[in-house]
Order: sequence, then structure tokens, then C-alpha cells
Amino acid sequence: MKTAASTTDALLYLNGVTVSFDGFKALNDLSLVVEEGELRTIIGPNGAGKTTMMDVVTGKTRPDSGEVFFGGSEDLSRLDEAAIANLGIGRKFQQPTVFENLTVFENLELALAEGRGTWATLFSQLTSDRRDRIAATLARIGLLEQSGQAAGALSHGQKQWLEIGMLLIHDRTLLLLDEPVAGMTDRETEQTAELILDLAKDRTIIVVEHDMAFVRSLGARVTVLHEGSVLAEGSIDFVQNHSRVIEVYLGR
Amino acid sequence: MAVAPGVGARSAWGPGFWASFAACALVLTLVVPVLNIWVAPDSPVALPDYLVPLLGKYLCYALLALSLDLIWGYAGILSLGHGAFFALGGYCTGMYLMRQIGTRGVYGNPLLPDFMVFLNWKELPWFWWGFDHFVYAAAMVVLVPGLLALVFGWLAFRSRVTGVYLSIITQAMTYALMLAFFRNDMGFGGNNGLTDYKDILGWDVHWSSTRLALYLASALALGLGYLACRFITVSKLGRVLLALRDAESRVRFLGYSVTNAKLFVFTFSAVLAGIAGALYVPQVGIINPSEFSPGNSIEIAIWVSVGGRGSLLGPIVGAVLVNLAKTWLTGAAPETWLFVLGALFVVMTLVFPRGLAGLTRRPDRIRPSVAVPVPAGEQA
Repeated sequence: MKTAASTTDALLYLNGVTVSFDGFKALNDLSLVVEEGELRTIIGPNGAGKTTMMDVVTGKTRPDSGEVFFGGSEDLSRLDEAAIANLGIGRKFQQPTVFENLTVFENLELALAEGRGTWATLFSQLTSDRRDRIAATLARIGLLEQSGQAAGALSHGQKQWLEIGMLLIHDRTLLLLDEPVAGMTDRETEQTAELILDLAKDRTIIVVEHDMAFVRSLGARVTVLHEGSVLAEGSIDFVQNHSRVIEVYLGR
Repeated sequence: MAVAPGVGARSAWGPGFWASFAACALVLTLVVPVLNIWVAPDSPVALPDYLVPLLGKYLCYALLALSLDLIWGYAGILSLGHGAFFALGGYCTGMYLMRQIGTRGVYGNPLLPDFMVFLNWKELPWFWWGFDHFVYAAAMVVLVPGLLALVFGWLAFRSRVTGVYLSIITQAMTYALMLAFFRNDMGFGGNNGLTDYKDILGWDVHWSSTRLALYLASALALGLGYLACRFITVSKLGRVLLALRDAESRVRFLGYSVTNAKLFVFTFSAVLAGIAGALYVPQVGIINPSEFSPGNSIEIAIWVSVGGRGSLLGPIVGAVLVNLAKTWLTGAAPETWLFVLGALFVVMTLVFPRGLAGLTRRPDRIRPSVAVPVPAGEQA
């Protein structure tokens, strides 16, 4: 199979990706292209392969077949999680996973873009420049007040923001957000939409979400996944009026 | 923009810390020699010679507990085979001490230790070469446990073996080593182990001055080990360890190599355990395969949980207190000791899950609030 390296200038390029678990095809010949600077929303019923798609991009799951390229030339299917993270791909999980026993400040400190090696971390110094960057991020996600609190003591919505802040401080090129507003109040959902739109100005973001009102408020291009492959792609209005999408979502 | 000084990690080395460290160091290194040498032997506070190695032994156990706490309390790696690293360090000094006996053995053989003569061995096995030299033996004390931990850890952590599975394979490791060392043809004295030492660096091991020097060496090792562990735990690596203890895969997605971080602390911890064992053997006068027994390794975990894991001072205190109780009780009512030890573990786990250290700390690990500058013109 010819590699896609020379044929694409898209930031993220998935071609014919298949992943099966015990015969069940979580991804079935999935192809997806995300351009640099794009904000993309991905929707789909349970089991459509949304999370598996993210697992493949971040190196948690290896595809059985197909190609996954980042920035035109990096073959993600050959790298592990840490290497992919260091390429500039950040992921926010469905469940907020912040480090509960560390303070909000320390959570961000761990996410700072600096040496990740064991020696580098052993001798790392918290310079005033680094402290300023943490403070700026705290301000942007609205958690300045909570800086010294254990992250475990934050509300659900605050944890989600902290997690977004951890992606932000690392200057990621591509952010993958898995259901960023799950379990949030309406007010928090609104604030999160604002935050994501703000962040999307200077980076590429892929949002996986169930909440249609939230997807509409982002106003981005929508990809609908179904049974491991793309069912439809276009604006939210196009997608919502697509007959197959209605069939899949509303039952047959 | 005003930047507030003293974010948690930096103040860990403030004058307050050094003052308390110096106070503890003085008590450990001055009180024992003074009571042993300068106080009249008939005084009630005099420390008889036979107690000095006992105290030294406690300090070795304390260093061993500290080494387990570093990986269990901070990185969530519960090794139930740490006694193996301790015993390997001990065998290294044991072999050195055997070589110092020379012709003073029962058989008076200038080339071979007694047990080899007894087994009709004709020449010294290659793995005994070099142990005549103190520096070589000292290097082996670090290298043998360190390399075993490096290889074992690399295999385990690379395959992402964690939690109870890791604990089980560490038990298997120490059990396998125990069975191997029990065999006479392994060349380490089999069942009887290595004993009947004569001198160390030219000093007779039975002299009270030698015992005092060994005690002081143990105190020094414990002090340096404590400082090294503190350096690791307050560094950013310390926060990486706490983070991976609680959410390992999240740390991977942040771009840290969990395998390397674990491998580093596991190996470092094994080296500390090896040094503890190396200092222990000349003070108790024997090393045999029972030091590898799985029960020994579990006992270390009990010292740590009694003292409080995740605090460096707690396990040191825990190890000393539990062993004081053991010394006293195995003399007063030997048959009750195992019941008391078991009950202690159950009660501590149920009532004081944070151990003795937890009694002195606030319930949650919330450190003093970190002051951060507010960037001009940025509002949430």
C-alpha cells in the first residue's frame, strides 16, 4: 500500500482504518481528514467508534489495518502514547482525569511543555517564567482562586476546565476533546463552548459530543460516525436533515 | 508582575527543615557513643556494648523501610520482595567478610572458605573473585541489587504489570532466590549461609569500637538515604510519581515515560535496600537464605504501613518501633509475637490508614496554598 505521506497536507489523515475486538469491528474502514486550524465535531450513537477513533490517534489502540498520519508525515500507528503526546496531540478524556492528590497548580506544572525525561524532571526548576505561564493558563480557564487546592476538591465542571487547561499549557497543535460537557450544568456548558471557540482560534480541535445543542453552538463542521465508519459529513443543518442520520439516530 | 516566592517544592529545603534534620542527626550520632563510651558502665543510663549492634540493626531496618516507602508510598509500587535486595546487599558484605577470614577458618585453608572445603571444592568459583577487596565488595552492594531491579523492573513495567500482580511476582522473585540460595551447589554456603566473621577493614568485628563505627555508618547511610529520597519526592519527578500512582495512563498521555520513571525509583530503592542489607550483616554476624523468605518482605510492608506510607519520616519511626516491640516481645512472650504483628497490621489499616504519620498531619494532603501572580490584563 502506498503511504499517504506525499499525498496529503492535512493535519490529521485517517485512511481505511479498521480495528476489531474479538471479531467486533469498532472501526470499519474509517477515513477521516482534518485540516490544520479546523474545529471539527464528531457525533454518533453509542458504539459508533468515536472513542476507538481517539484511541487510535493517541496510540492507545493500534489499528489492524489502514493508515494514520499526523502533519503529513508522522505515522501515528507506529508510535506509543508518550511519543504521540510529544508530537503535540493532546487528549481530554470522557471522565475528567486530573491528578486528584496534586494541587491545581501542580496539575498544570506537570502539563508544562518542558523536558519529559526522568532526569529532566528530577532536576527541573520552577522558574518564574514557568510560574507565569501557569498563572496565565489558570486565568484563562478561570481557576486562579483554586490554584493551591487539591484538584480532587474541584467541582465536576472545574475539573473539565483544568483538564482543558492542561492541554492548553502544552501548546498542543491538535486537541481531542471527548465529551467535554458531559455532566455539566447549562451554565458550565455555555462557558465551555466559549472556551473552546476561543481556543480554536489558534489550534486544531476535534470535539466528540452527544449534546446536539452544544454541537450547534460550536457551529463547526460535523462528522457523523456509525458502526465504525463515516455516515455523513457537513454542516449541522445538513447532517440533521440527512435521511440516513435520522434513521440511525431515531431508530429504524 | 509580583511573583510570590516559596512555592511548595522550593521551601522543602528551608532553614526549618535543616534545623530539624540536624537535631535528629545529632541525637542519632552523639547520644549512642556518649552513653556507650563516656558514661560509667554501672550508671542506669549506660548503653552496654551488646545493645549497640541492635540499635544499628534498627537503623538498617529503617533504611529498608524508607526504600520501600519511596516506591510504595509515592509511586504506588508495592514490592513484596524487597527483602531480596536487602539480602543480596547482605550477601555481598558477607562474602567480603568470609574472604577476610583467611587461614583462621576451622580448616585453615588459605584459598577457600570453610564451607567450600567441606563440600570438597577445589577452587574459588568465579563469582567470588574480587570479594577480597573492600571497594569491589562495596561496588557489588550497589550493582547486584541495582541490576536485578533494573532487569526485573524493565520486564515488569514495560509490560505494564501493576498493582497486585506486581506484588505477586516480587514475592515469587524473592521466593525463587531463597530456594536457590538454600542449595549448597549455588556456592553461597547453602542453608547455613555465611558467618563466623573475623574482621572488616582490619578491625575485629567483635570490638566495641568496630560496632560503634558500624552503628555510625548505618546512621550516616540512613541520613543520606533520607535526603536522597526527599530530593526525589519534592522534585517535579516526585509529583510525576504521585500522579502515576493515581492515574497512570493519564501520565502517559501527558508525554511522560511511566516505565522510565518507575524503573528509576524502583532501581534506586533496591540500591538503598542493598546498602541497608550490607550494613546489617556485619552487625548481626550472619547472612543466610532465610533473609529471602517472603514473610520478611511482607514484614517490611507492615513497618511502612504502621509508620505511614507517603511520608518519609513515618516508615523510619515505624520500622524502629515495630522492631523494638519485636525484640521485647520475642524475649518476653515469643509465641505471641506473630499474633501481635498481625493484629497491629489489621488495626493500623482499619483505624489509622495513614499510619503514625497520619496522626500528625491534616486529613487531606492539601499543602499551603500556592501564591501565583495575576497576569496583567487577563481575566477569567
